[in-house]
Amino acid sequence: MNHPVFLPVRPAFRAIAATIVPEAAGLDEDGWEDAEDAIENTIATRSDALRRQLRLLVKVIDLLPLLRYGRRFTALDGERRMRVLQWMQDSPFLLLRRGVWGLRTLIMLGYYSRPIAASQIGYRASALGWEARP
Amino acid sequence: MISKEYDVVIIGSGAGGGTVAAELAQMVKAGFKVLLLEQGPRIEAREMTWNELDMASALYADRGGFLTADGTMTLAFARAYGGSTVVYTGTSLVAPDRVIRSWGISGLTAADVARRCTKYIVQNNVHILPPEELNENNRLFVTGCAGAGFHAEQFPVNVFGCKGSSLCNLGCPNGAKMGTNAVQLPMAERGGVEVVTRAEAKRIEERAVIVHVREKEPGEKGKPGEWAPGEYRVKAKVIVCSGGAIGTPALLLRSGYGRRMPALGTKFTCHPALILVAEHDRAITNDVGHPKSFYLDRAVEEGFVLETCMYFPFTTAKNISGFGEEHSATMRAFPRLQMILALACDRALPGNRVTVDRNGEPVVHYEFTPRVIQSMTRATRAAAKIFFAAGAQRVHAPLANPSVIEARDKREIDRLTDAKHFKAGKVSVAAAHLMGGAAMGPGRSTSVTDGWGRVHGLPWLRIADASLFPDSLEINPYLTIMALADRVAEAVRVDAPSLFGRSVGPS
Repeated sequence: MNHPVFLPVRPAFRAIAATIVPEAAGLDEDGWEDAEDAIENTIATRSDALRRQLRLLVKVIDLLPLLRYGRRFTALDGERRMRVLQWMQDSPFLLLRRGVWGLRTLIMLGYYSRPIAASQIGYRASALGWEARP
Repeated sequence: MISKEYDVVIIGSGAGGGTVAAELAQMVKAGFKVLLLEQGPRIEAREMTWNELDMASALYADRGGFLTADGTMTLAFARAYGGSTVVYTGTSLVAPDRVIRSWGISGLTAADVARRCTKYIVQNNVHILPPEELNENNRLFVTGCAGAGFHAEQFPVNVFGCKGSSLCNLGCPNGAKMGTNAVQLPMAERGGVEVVTRAEAKRIEERAVIVHVREKEPGEKGKPGEWAPGEYRVKAKVIVCSGGAIGTPALLLRSGYGRRMPALGTKFTCHPALILVAEHDRAITNDVGHPKSFYLDRAVEEGFVLETCMYFPFTTAKNISGFGEEHSATMRAFPRLQMILALACDRALPGNRVTVDRNGEPVVHYEFTPRVIQSMTRATRAAAKIFFAAGAQRVHAPLANPSVIEARDKREIDRLTDAKHFKAGKVSVAAAHLMGGAAMGPGRSTSVTDGWGRVHGLPWLRIADASLFPDSLEINPYLTIMALADRVAEAVRVDAPSLFGRSVGPS
């Protein structure tokens, strides 16, 4: 499927995703596709304006570290990436906090809504309930 | 546009609409035509799964991601045959006397609400789960409350044949919850009420509803709509709005009633909630068993209620503070997690309201007041003490700094947890008890209906859902919604001679 929102900013998006959920760095291409499909499907029904804002936010996050570190987000090490996102999350500006929260939520949706991720963290809920437990 | 005609049209099939439909089914025997319109699909239990995204997409408005206008709170409400009763946990509490008294609605007494609640307690098989069906997530809450000096109370729940899937909030895969989809709607349909799903009420005109029936999309869960896709104009002598605290005000506002009803959309409340998580040093049963069996009511003393809960991987991830390795480590501890839902008791305020955008879509304006933030802070402190008293090793508290409190620091909970650490847009806040927006009251300037759901000045228009609440209920609302809807149905029957030109016969 197409990735109309995040495909054009994929390297930065994946760098942010792997900072939010470090395990995402270990995803193979199929894993990334699953996560990104879930995200794109979720935002597919949102307004064009919101979708543009999300893509813009990824670009802003990628470029913002140039001011502090002289490098783009994608070129930073893990520790500095965390610092950038934490700074934005604690920003006095609601717009920035809300943006990071929204992006973080979408990335967690993409990662943890995959059945394999649920299984890996030990989530075992079943329609059978107690009958499924030894 | 296809034209149709009924005596009564009910819009919405949740706790309000489902109840009215069942109560008015007797009118069908007397020759009246009653129609219920539901925006969502009719989904069967066998279609329910544990997959969060599939079920959120199938059952919830905006896939469960409906945000307030400033994007700082998620509001959860369902669109399905049965409305939000499909996705609640079935916790069945009768409204406290003090709350009903404080509403001060003429003719609405706590005794009347309690009497009607009792009817639905029986109808919905409400009971206390036996100890052997309680999981450790719930039992640890009781232990923790006792250790922290509180007294936990057990929720009566409306289940029948519960297998303990723990998936209540995704719809029950075993059809064990006695929501309106399982009890009142089938009762209504057996009695001759016509139910049409996938049918959205676009606007209300004088004694008519403009309806859009949408087609079932390929791969979508649920049955096709009962009417062919298209636009309909449905005339009715009485229209009952039961679209919930967001749906009903939005429908009336986009129908142009805002000027006539200045209170429309105001007094929205929702019990803003935090999901709090603690780690134990061993696996506990948490993702099996009924998820919400106990609560701690501190509404009067401290403005909050704590409830046991257990959510799914993504919902849990979203609600734990922060990100990165520490967050991931908590997620990997899932089998060891205990969860508590901390609900703040908010108050009806003029600024917290439902409006509509230029497309007629609902917009909810909500501000976290200092009082609500203090309630969330006190709730977090109490929950942290309960977690540690239950043996937890660390507690994730979004209003604490640092946001993880280790057991060795448990005596510092009050100092570490402070309202100043609340930052809207950073802390995940969600709400599912959506109330107000078309409140009952004495007159048009401050309310929308009288105490029987009759819209002021429009005898053919009635409201029967949580939007009637003039202020926060401070407990889980569905039984009270049913009790009020029962009154609305009674008023329709009583008013029948003036509404229909004849009586509906004995009830």
